Amino acid sequence: MIFFITLLCGLLFGFGLALSEMTNPAVVIGFLDIFGNWNPSLIIVMAAAVAVSMIGYLISKKQIKPLLTDLWSLPTAKIIDSKLILGSALFGIGWGLSGYCPGPGLTALINNPAEGLYFVIALIAGSALYQFQPTK
Amino acid sequence: MTSFYNPLFGGLLIGLAAAIYLITTGKVLGISGMLAQSLFKANKTLPLIFLLGLIIGGSAYGVFTQQTVPFPDIRSPWLMIVSGLLVGYGTRLGNGCTSGHGVCGLARLSPRSMVATAIFISTAIITVALTH
Repeated sequence: MIFFITLLCGLLFGFGLALSEMTNPAVVIGFLDIFGNWNPSLIIVMAAAVAVSMIGYLISKKQIKPLLTDLWSLPTAKIIDSKLILGSALFGIGWGLSGYCPGPGLTALINNPAEGLYFVIALIAGSALYQFQPTK
Repeated sequence: MTSFYNPLFGGLLIGLAAAIYLITTGKVLGISGMLAQSLFKANKTLPLIFLLGLIIGGSAYGVFTQQTVPFPDIRSPWLMIVSGLLVGYGTRLGNGCTSGHGVCGLARLSPRSMVATAIFISTAIITVALTH
């Protein structure tokens, strides 16, 4: 069951990205380009996604445990530290350069492979660099 | 009006995926975290299945959906490499990306996610302003 649900969530998420055109980096850069020809659609996507996600969160607070597993594994960190700030700042720079965040970047393997392949290899390398760096 | 309905319904589907994932598995849905699990976790099957679904669903571009903006011309490999490295490393250091912080974290009213989202949108806007 958990295989099916996980696949379903992936398909829904990916199709949501495609339908909202967030798989297209030109749309994302159009949103970030507030001083140019601004395309506000990412705001609508985010607002709708946060609203439904929040309903899910409110439902989850009434559950004793998740439907398919025994334990909640939710983020517990509370402190706003330099890692959060620096990491988010670096991510934003990378996102602004190409218009790809991780989800749309992965879909570019199919939608735009000539550039998507380079992005995804570097995405994996960047994640590995963090994983294997001597001090975290 | 398609320019309003497509982002609206697309966003609803993204939120639905996050809600179902949370209610059933007890975890926050984040793509950067899912990628890291599929690479470095002992049990890679579920994260890989998710990413497979994401890529299949995301390739529905132009198949089921009418697109309003054309894809950009293919850009420099070096731009993609620098961007990918920054996104890959930054999302791990900052513990989340547009989905984990921007969608799920904001929905949980997490102060860390609010700060992270404000920062990555700001640096992305500055980057686009400087490069376009």
